[in-house]
Amino acid sequence: METDTIAAISTPLGEGAISIVRLSGPDAINIAARIFNGKQLTDVATHTIHYGKIIDPETGDVAEEVMASVMHAPKTFTRENIVEINCHGGLTAVNRVLDILLSNGARLAEPGEFTKRAFLNGRIDLSQAEAVMDLIRAKTDKAMSVALNQMEGRLSTLIRKYRQQLLETVAHVEVNIDYPEYDDVEEMSHKMMQQKTAEVHDDIEELLSVAKQGKILREGLATAIIGRPNVGKSSLLNALAQENKAIVTEIPGTTRDVIEEYVNVRGVPLKLVDTAGIRETEDIVEKIGVDRSRQALKQSDLILFVLNYNEALSPEDIQLLELIGDLDYVVIINKTDLPQKLDLDHVKELAGSHRIVETSLIDAKGIDQLEEAIADIFFSGRLDAGDMTYVSNMRHIQLLKKAKGALEDAMASLEMGMPLDIVQIDVTRTWEYLGEIIGDTASDSLIDQLFSQFCLGK
Amino acid sequence: MVYDAGRYDVIVIGAGHAGVEAGLAAAKMGAKTLMLTLNLDMIAFMPCNPSLGGPAKGIVIREIDALGGAMAKVIDKTYIQMRMLNTRKGPAVQALRAQADKPEYIKEMKHLLEREENITLRQGMVNELIIEDGICKGVITETHAAYYADAVIMTTGTFMRGKVLMGDLEYESGPNNQRASIKLSEYLEQTGLELTRFKTGTPPRVNSHTIDYSKTEIQPGDDKPQAFSYETTDYITDQIPCWLTYTNEFTHQIINDNLTLSSMYSGMKRGTGPRYCPSIEDKVVRFNDKPRHQIFLEPEGRQTEEVYVQGLSTSLPESVQHDLVRSVPGLEHAEIMRAGYAIEYDSVIPTQLWPTLELKHIAGLFTAGQINGTSGYEEAAAQGLMAGINAARKIQGKDPVILDRSQAYIGVMIDDLVTKGTQEPYRLLTSRAEYRLLLRHDNADVRLTDLGHELGLISEERYTDFLDKRKQVEAEIKRLRKLIIKPTEAVQDMLKVAKATPLKEAVKASDLLKRPEMTYDLLDSVIESDDSLPDHVKEQVEIHIKYEGYIKKANEQVERMLKMEDKKIPEHIDYDAITGLASEAREKLKKVQPLSVGQASRISGVNPSDVSILLIYIEQGKMAYTAQ
Repeated sequence: METDTIAAISTPLGEGAISIVRLSGPDAINIAARIFNGKQLTDVATHTIHYGKIIDPETGDVAEEVMASVMHAPKTFTRENIVEINCHGGLTAVNRVLDILLSNGARLAEPGEFTKRAFLNGRIDLSQAEAVMDLIRAKTDKAMSVALNQMEGRLSTLIRKYRQQLLETVAHVEVNIDYPEYDDVEEMSHKMMQQKTAEVHDDIEELLSVAKQGKILREGLATAIIGRPNVGKSSLLNALAQENKAIVTEIPGTTRDVIEEYVNVRGVPLKLVDTAGIRETEDIVEKIGVDRSRQALKQSDLILFVLNYNEALSPEDIQLLELIGDLDYVVIINKTDLPQKLDLDHVKELAGSHRIVETSLIDAKGIDQLEEAIADIFFSGRLDAGDMTYVSNMRHIQLLKKAKGALEDAMASLEMGMPLDIVQIDVTRTWEYLGEIIGDTASDSLIDQLFSQFCLGK
Repeated sequence: MVYDAGRYDVIVIGAGHAGVEAGLAAAKMGAKTLMLTLNLDMIAFMPCNPSLGGPAKGIVIREIDALGGAMAKVIDKTYIQMRMLNTRKGPAVQALRAQADKPEYIKEMKHLLEREENITLRQGMVNELIIEDGICKGVITETHAAYYADAVIMTTGTFMRGKVLMGDLEYESGPNNQRASIKLSEYLEQTGLELTRFKTGTPPRVNSHTIDYSKTEIQPGDDKPQAFSYETTDYITDQIPCWLTYTNEFTHQIINDNLTLSSMYSGMKRGTGPRYCPSIEDKVVRFNDKPRHQIFLEPEGRQTEEVYVQGLSTSLPESVQHDLVRSVPGLEHAEIMRAGYAIEYDSVIPTQLWPTLELKHIAGLFTAGQINGTSGYEEAAAQGLMAGINAARKIQGKDPVILDRSQAYIGVMIDDLVTKGTQEPYRLLTSRAEYRLLLRHDNADVRLTDLGHELGLISEERYTDFLDKRKQVEAEIKRLRKLIIKPTEAVQDMLKVAKATPLKEAVKASDLLKRPEMTYDLLDSVIESDDSLPDHVKEQVEIHIKYEGYIKKANEQVERMLKMEDKKIPEHIDYDAITGLASEAREKLKKVQPLSVGQASRISGVNPSDVSILLIYIEQGKMAYTAQ
C-alpha cells in the first residue's frame, strides 16, 4: 500500500466546462479539508459532493469556487481515499487549485499513477494489467517528448547552469573530504558556501516568480486575430469563444480596443486577442487601438490573419502579411458565402507554407477546419519550443519549490555552523531535484566532476 | 597427468588482501579451507602505496573489523604512523589512515593464516578450474594437482595476464616482478566469462639516505594515535613521519619532453586506468596550468630504507624517471631503488556477479578484489571477506549475506559493482554513499557487530563488550535528554569560553549540546557524570545528539529505499514477456538480473517508468499465483 497522497488534473487540459483535480491517498481528505472553506470535509459522508471555496492557506486568499466530491476507501477508483475538486473550465482555475494542493502535502502524480494504484490495490483485474503498462509507457513518452522540447529551451539552459554551479560547489566540498591533503584549492569555507547557495537560491526564486506569471500556464497561447476592418475578426473570436463578448457591427472600426478572450481549442489553451483593424487612421481613439494591436502582434505566439473573400487583396493586406512574415500564422479567408473577389492563387503564393482555411463565419462553416489547423500547429511542435511548457509546468514548479526548500535547509544548516559535509547533503538534494526537471538523474556526474575539476593524487 | 590432491570445503586462489580475508572468514565459519598462492613470501603484500585507510577506506577497515575480518587488527600491530583525517569536518567523513610497515604486515598476516586451524596454506599456480554442468568443483595447478571443493574463490589481483610497462619495455609479470598468471585467464574466457583490461601504476622507490629532508615539510602522525580495530588495546606511539615536497616547472618540462616515451602515451591502445590515481604524465598533461603537484615521501617500514614517492606514478623509461625524481626538491641526489611502472591486467566485468560475489553462470565460483575491477587494498579485503562469508554460507546451506547501501560502505561498493559495473578501476569515495551520515567510522560496530556475531566471526567476549558499550551509549543519551541545565555561573562561564551565547533560561542538556560550539567534553565539565565512560561512547553520544535531525532525515530516506529493496524479483522472471519495457531497460535487466526492484532502479538505462512496469508485472504474477 502506498503511503503518500497524489494529485493531478484528471480532465483533459482546458476542454469542457469544468476541470477536475483528483487527490488520492490516505491523506486525501485531510489535505482537501485543509484548503476547503465550506463543510468540514473530514466529517461528511462518503460519496457526497459539497460546494465551497478553495483558500490558499499561505495568503488566506480565495482561489476558486468549487464543488468537492469526497469518497472514502475502498469503494473508489484507486481503493484509496479520493477527493475530486470540480473547478471552472480552463487552465487557470485547476492549475491554481493543484498548486495549492501540492503546497499542502500532496505530491504530483506520475504519468498513469492513479491507474497504477488502482491496479496495485486490486481494483483492476489481471486482463487489464497490460493495458495499464501501455498507458504508463504512452503517457511517459508524451511527457518525455515535452521534456525534450524543453531541452532546447531557456528553462533547461538555466537549470543546467544552476546545476553546474551546485555541482562545482559539491565537488569542492567532496575533494576536501576525499583528498584532505590536496592543497591545490582553497578549503571551501562556510562563507564561500553561503555565497554559492544564496546565488542559486536567488536564481531559483526568480525563476519561480517568472513561472508564476508563466503566460502559457496561466493564460494559454497568445493568439492575435488581425486583418483589415470588417473582415470578420470579432465574428471569428466569437465563433471560437462561442460567446458574444466583442461587439460586432457592420461599421468599420467598431472594435476600438484590444479584446481578450480565453478559449480552448481541441485541448490547446488560447488567449485570443481581437485587435482593432490595423490601418492608417485619424480617429484618435482608434489610433490608440491600432498601436496596441501592433504591440499585441509582437507578443503573440500565433496569429489568425483574416481576409475577406468578397474583396480584392489590398495593399494593406499585403503590408500586414509582411508584418507577420516571420511569425506563426493561419490565413482565414472569411465570407465565402459572398461572391469571390479575392485572388486565391495570389494569397497562396504570399502565404507560402502557412495554412489557409476558408470560412463563412456567418453560416458557422469552416470552424472545424480552423480548429484542426490550430491544434495541428500546436501539437506538431512547430511553435516556439520555449512556450511549449504548459503540460509539465506544474511538475517543474513543484520540483523548483522542492529544490528551493532543500537549498533553504542547507542555508539554515550553514547558519547553525554545521560542518560542510552535512550542509552538502541538502545541496546535493537541490541538485537532484533540478536534475529531475530536465530528466538528468545520473548519479555519476559528481564523480566525473570531481576528476575533471581537480588533479587528484593521494 | 593430474593427481587427486585432496578435498576441501572452500579453495581460495590467491593470498593478497582479498584472499586472506576470504580464507580466514571461511575457515572461522567452520569451512575446511585451502589457500593457494604463487609466493608464500608475498602474502598480503602491498605492491603500491604503504598506507591503509583514509576517507571511506578507513571506514571500510572498521567495517571489516566489525565483521570479524583481519585487516584492522594486523595494521594496528604494524603501523609506523597513524592519523585521523578530516578532524575539522563533520563526524561522517572523519577517517583513520595508517602508514604501514610493509614487511611486518606480510609477516603478521602470514603468521595469522598459519595458525588458523581450518586453513591449509600452500604455494602453487592454478591453471584451470574443474567445472561440471555449470558448477565449479575444484582447481588444477600447474603441478597437475587436482584439489576438490564445494566453493572456489578467485582473488587473483592484477596477476591475470599481467603485463608490466615502462617506456618501451614490456613483459608478462604480476606486480613487483612476480610471475603472471596466463593460463587461468585463457581458461576463464573459454567458460564464457567476459574479461576486460584495466591498468594501474606505481611510482619509483628511493633510498632514504639519499633524500635531503631539510627541503621538505614534515608530516607527523597524531600525538595520540587511535586504532582501527575495536579489540585493539595497545597503541604504537613510536611513529615515523612522512614528508611533503613538490614537483616544479623542470619536472613538468622533463615529462613534456619525454611524453612520447611513456608506455601510456606511446599511442598504443591500453587498458583503462583510474582517474583518481593518475600518473604524473596524466597530471601534467590534463592540468597543464598547475605549476606544481604534491609529492609525499612515505617510508615503507621500520627495517628498510626504501621510501615510496607518492605522486610520481609513471610508466616513463627508467632513464627519464631518474631525471624526473632528481628535479624534485629534496630528491636532487636521490637513488632510485625500484623504478615505477604501469601494469595491465585482466579483470572480470562485475555485472556477471550476484551480490554475493558468486558468478551467475558458474555456481560455486566466487571472485573478489582487484579481479572484480576495483583497486585498493581495503576494497579488496572487504570483498574477500564477503566472498568468504558467502562461500561458507552456501556450502552450509544457509542464506546469503548481502549488505545494503545503508548498512556499510562494503554494501555500497558491491552494489555499485554488480549493478552498474565500472568503466575504470573502482575506488570507494565518500561521495558514492548516499547515506554517509549513517556510515560513519565511529558506528561501524553498531552497524555490523550483531551480524558478525551471528555469522560466528565475533567472539563472545567481544560481543559482550559491544553490547555493554551500546547500552552505555543509549543510557547516556537518555540521561542527557532528561537532565536540565540551569544558567549557573559555571555554565555561563563555560559558554563564554566556548564563545557561545549565554543561557537565558534552563535547557535540557541534549538541547545545549546541539549548539554548534558545544562538545560533549564542554558539557561534561559542568555536569555530574560517570567518568568511566570510554571516549568512543562519548563520541557516539555527542554525534547522536548533535546531528539527530540529519540522522533522522537520512533514516527516512533509507526506509523508502528499503521498501523497494524488499520487493523481490522472482528468480526466473522472463523480461521478454513484459510488454512496455523500453528495449534498453530490457537488455540491461536481462544482463544484471537484479534481485529486487530497488536494485533494478539503480541500473543505468532503467527509467522510472520501466520500474513501474516491472512492479506491476511482479504484482500481477503474485495475483496469478494466489488465484491458482
